[in-house]
Amino acid sequence: MLTQDDALRIVGTVPDPEVPVISVVELGIVRDVTVAPDGGVAVTITPTYSGCPAMREIERDITAALTAAGAPRVELRTVLAPAWTTDWIGPEAREKLRRYGIAPPGKAEPAGLITLMRARTPVPCPWCGSRDTELRSEFGSTACKAIHVCRSCRQPFDEFKAF
Amino acid sequence: MSAAHGDEELGIAAGEASAGTRPVAGARGPDLGDPLVECLLRLGDDRLILGHRLSEWCGHGPILEEDIALSNLALDLIGQAASLLRLAGEVEGRGRDEDALAYFRDGVQFRNCLLVEQPNGDFGVTMVRQFLFDAHSVLVWEALAAGGHPGLAAVAGKALKEDKYHLRHSSEWVVRLGDGTAESHARVQRALDDLWRFTGELFRRDAVDEAVAAHGIALDAAAIRPRWDAIVDDVLARATLVRPADAGMRHGGRTGRHTEHLGHLLATMQIVARSHPGAAW
Repeated sequence: MLTQDDALRIVGTVPDPEVPVISVVELGIVRDVTVAPDGGVAVTITPTYSGCPAMREIERDITAALTAAGAPRVELRTVLAPAWTTDWIGPEAREKLRRYGIAPPGKAEPAGLITLMRARTPVPCPWCGSRDTELRSEFGSTACKAIHVCRSCRQPFDEFKAF
Repeated sequence: MSAAHGDEELGIAAGEASAGTRPVAGARGPDLGDPLVECLLRLGDDRLILGHRLSEWCGHGPILEEDIALSNLALDLIGQAASLLRLAGEVEGRGRDEDALAYFRDGVQFRNCLLVEQPNGDFGVTMVRQFLFDAHSVLVWEALAAGGHPGLAAVAGKALKEDKYHLRHSSEWVVRLGDGTAESHARVQRALDDLWRFTGELFRRDAVDEAVAAHGIALDAAAIRPRWDAIVDDVLARATLVRPADAGMRHGGRTGRHTEHLGHLLATMQIVARSHPGAAW
């Protein structure tokens, strides 16, 4: 039978399908893993964005990994509060993102409303480190990314946007 | 402006509106149910319909980045709608899930405001519509996130973060286009003039709003209005656009009386689910 630690470790091997360089645990969306007396595992996850199309796949991947490890029963629960924030992504995972070519997220905005037309601090290029970069769009190839381009090395890059 | 040009209920001739001798809940009459369900349907339908409208841009955006951005906005809104409609179905307790509510209701059963069902027009029309909606949406979410209904507060806390990004995007485009070329300025001013008459509905209160206060849901239109005005006035000033007069405001969406555009949208949105009930893919 899986122990609590086993279950957590196995869930930690499931990569984010869209950013496979980090796991769903490193992404911060796994909020709780509990093993029942009969060995069944309940995993509580929270979505990154309301419309993230990867959530279903993540649920399937977690279920498959735990089932392969011998869990007789896997139950996935979804919670919305507290809302996911990129502040839950730790330093190691941020470094993995950067090495993968995705600029890691800055500090998430505090609650409360926004300042419109704000000047943005340029995001350092994950390839060459230059700060001479330009935001192309706050909406990128997935809900969680923005598109930038580096004026120094001329490379486009994704930013995992602060959220 | 004379009273005749004040608030007008869509689709109802002057004499028909007060037809007290006939059953009001006829085939096309408003069929307002549990106020909490109604409230959740209004919030959910706004986002479902606007999300669907934005999805119509997929593959047609003026530039690749905007094509992607509009699809991202659509995904967020449809995701929010799924959460809200799921909640509405649970509260209703008749076994309808979010898919049943999205795909198997007819136009008169939809509770979205008229603004969100208006056609995309050109990119400027889409961005003005989005801006007017986003500026309202962030204020609604902020109020609901602090409200006393835990399920709704959880959806609101999440959606608020998303809609802040939407508002930043749409407001920047309104400024860019308004303060752009003579052509772009003229187009977005026209879009603003055309869409303004659908903004009054965002701030109307009715018995549903009063009744849901018992569930800890306090959407105080009077408190939201000045803040919406401040956001809109600030952005329009930067965009060198003229705020239209509050005249000829249209409403009716909250009780199922829609413009002709909703039916066409629903036909497209619902046809696959209705042609192949229970299909999964």
